[in-house]
Amino acid sequence: MRITCPLCGDRDLREFTYGGAAVYMDRPGADADLDALDAYLHLRDNPAGPTEELWSHDMGCRAWLKVRRDTVTHEILGTALAAEAKRGAG
Amino acid sequence: MRYSALRLLKEGLTGQKGWTPHWRDPAPKDDYDIVLIGGGGHGLSTAYYLAKNHGLTNVAVLEKGYLGGGNVGRNTTIVRANYFLDGNSQFYSHSLKLWEGLEQELNYNVMHSQRGLINLFHSDGQRDAFARRGNAMVNQGDDAILLDREGVREHLPYLDFDNTRFPVYGGLLHPRGGTARHDAVAWGYARGADRRGVDLIQNCEVTGIDVAAGRVTGVQTTRGPIRARKVGIVTAGRSGQVAAMAGMRLPIESHVLQAFVTEGLKPVIDHVVSFGMGHFYISQSDKGGLVFGGDLDFYASYAQRGNLPMAEHVMEAGMTLMPMIGKARVLRSWGGIMDMTPDGSPIIDKTHIDGLYVDCGWCYGGFKAVPASGWCFAHLIARDAPHEVAAKYRLDRFRTGHLLDEEGTGSQHNLH
Repeated sequence: MRITCPLCGDRDLREFTYGGAAVYMDRPGADADLDALDAYLHLRDNPAGPTEELWSHDMGCRAWLKVRRDTVTHEILGTALAAEAKRGAG
Repeated sequence: MRYSALRLLKEGLTGQKGWTPHWRDPAPKDDYDIVLIGGGGHGLSTAYYLAKNHGLTNVAVLEKGYLGGGNVGRNTTIVRANYFLDGNSQFYSHSLKLWEGLEQELNYNVMHSQRGLINLFHSDGQRDAFARRGNAMVNQGDDAILLDREGVREHLPYLDFDNTRFPVYGGLLHPRGGTARHDAVAWGYARGADRRGVDLIQNCEVTGIDVAAGRVTGVQTTRGPIRARKVGIVTAGRSGQVAAMAGMRLPIESHVLQAFVTEGLKPVIDHVVSFGMGHFYISQSDKGGLVFGGDLDFYASYAQRGNLPMAEHVMEAGMTLMPMIGKARVLRSWGGIMDMTPDGSPIIDKTHIDGLYVDCGWCYGGFKAVPASGWCFAHLIARDAPHEVAAKYRLDRFRTGHLLDEEGTGSQHNLH
């Protein structure tokens, strides 16, 4: 598996660390109820197919990436800087 | 047909013509009391104990492929009861006791081999942690012996004791730990369940779970609809997809774990050896192949194959610990789909839908749990109350904070 870092280009899997599902970017507010926090932290769609997740380019630029990836084929379908994806989502 | 030495002799003398199939191949009926989704180790043992312990035989096991074709046929076959936490300790202790009587119970040779398991340690701090774990195992009624360096050398003379990164300080020996023939466990439970009247239905994929007024009423399958009062989901790495048919999301993320086997060799590794610091464990199968693996690849996957970095890492760890295996040639590698929970421990519980139960979240430790998982899941389904040794395996424990984090690595699916 190779991941294209928006800053560093096409790089080997060894340089990256998986950081979990991209839902980690949508943290509920401080006033959120227990169910919302439970869903955020623990419950997962866990799809067999395309999914969105976070990867850290630990051995490169150290940026957090939002990666769209197929869990059945391991194909990388798209990458973006997590910070920019967050801003884009508004 | 009952298997015995006499039977073997008779068949040997009469051309092996008297053997019959292990189980029937029935068409699904319209209606069962209980439907189990998933014909792997856990589903088959659940069916067996529903019939054996609770007298419930109007039961179907629905398997989308063939019996035992999932993780129970793809694992590294290790059986142990070396857990530490209250809740895990009792459960795995119960499972090991069931393993020890399993061949007589099933009248089936599962090749359970209690060859001893040694977990190596490489620092004073790790020795203390292992001493504590060993004491917990002894307190539970299981066995554990703390070996010093020379003690390990008597068992495993071939290790590189002085490797510079992780010199071997000693090990925790679990004499009752060992291995079993994985396929035979599935086949033995399948045969036992079938003989008691359970219908094992293969090539029957569940495509929907019917729920009316908060109560499960049956399932939709590729071989037609089937009504049921109770439905158990026992689908390991695919639990997320099956639970989604009932509108549920589970605290599970599916990951890939790789394993490897070499060409057959003469007996050389007598134990199960675990090198936790290097992420490597190994045993030798009865066919002679060295069976070994390491950690998860650590990303979500349904591919049933991993990537090269973890394969390299496992090989490097093996070479660090026991350089003698370097000349063995790897025959095969494969990956399994692991249903990872946030704390690394399993779930055996009811759901919010009446009559719908889940047995999942076995992470990479499901094989040794097959007997007790079936025992406890059958108890839960039959009596609608958890079995005492599985009472902590609750579906809502992440929400309530009652985690069973054996490794103390934190509440995240990809950390275990």
